[in-house]
Amino acid sequence: MAALGTIQTWAVIVLVVVGSFFLTVGTIGLLRLPNVYNRMHATSKPATIGAVAIFLAGFAYFGPGGAGLPSLIGIVFLFLTVPTGAHMISRAAERTGVPFLGSVTWPGKSDDD
Amino acid sequence: MAADGLIEPVVNAAIVLVALLNLLCGYRAVRGPTVPDRVVALDAIATNVVAIAVLFAIKTDRPLFVTVSLVLAIIAFLSTVAVAKFVTEGDIIVTQE
Repeated sequence: MAALGTIQTWAVIVLVVVGSFFLTVGTIGLLRLPNVYNRMHATSKPATIGAVAIFLAGFAYFGPGGAGLPSLIGIVFLFLTVPTGAHMISRAAERTGVPFLGSVTWPGKSDDD
Repeated sequence: MAADGLIEPVVNAAIVLVALLNLLCGYRAVRGPTVPDRVVALDAIATNVVAIAVLFAIKTDRPLFVTVSLVLAIIAFLSTVAVAKFVTEGDIIVTQE
């Protein structure tokens, strides 16, 4: 184990705990929410924040010289790709006829058709 | 340096917790009423596996596994896009007229 300062150690611990918490929230939302679209919200936002917090823990642990920069690249990659994938799945769900809840409509469609 | 020995148990507990979360996501992937439900569950499993790779890199002090987590994230994105495209079009590679 690398020699770490006290602040660095506590940063790693706090970020790992925060990341585990948000991943738990995302999984609970995936299990409990009623609809594909709502479940997508749970997996695309809290689970992404949890993974980003754990990436930040990796950055705090390895430092900017070694494997810290790949961690930052991972954060940027997650922020780019997770909304794209969620949008593509939700469009596929809407095309295959998964119903919305309540008065929700797809953007750009009126309520009648 | 009082907290130096605290990293390893915390990271171990986080790995066990995220693995259990993966099992719960697997419930949604098996049960999920529609096909997009299963895709969303598999996407969540992929995100959790990325987190596990980073935690494993911290636990074993091997920076290689951060790169492994990047590759896993890329594969997860590609598979999500491919399955969404397949569900929508019935085909993954569609020729333009």
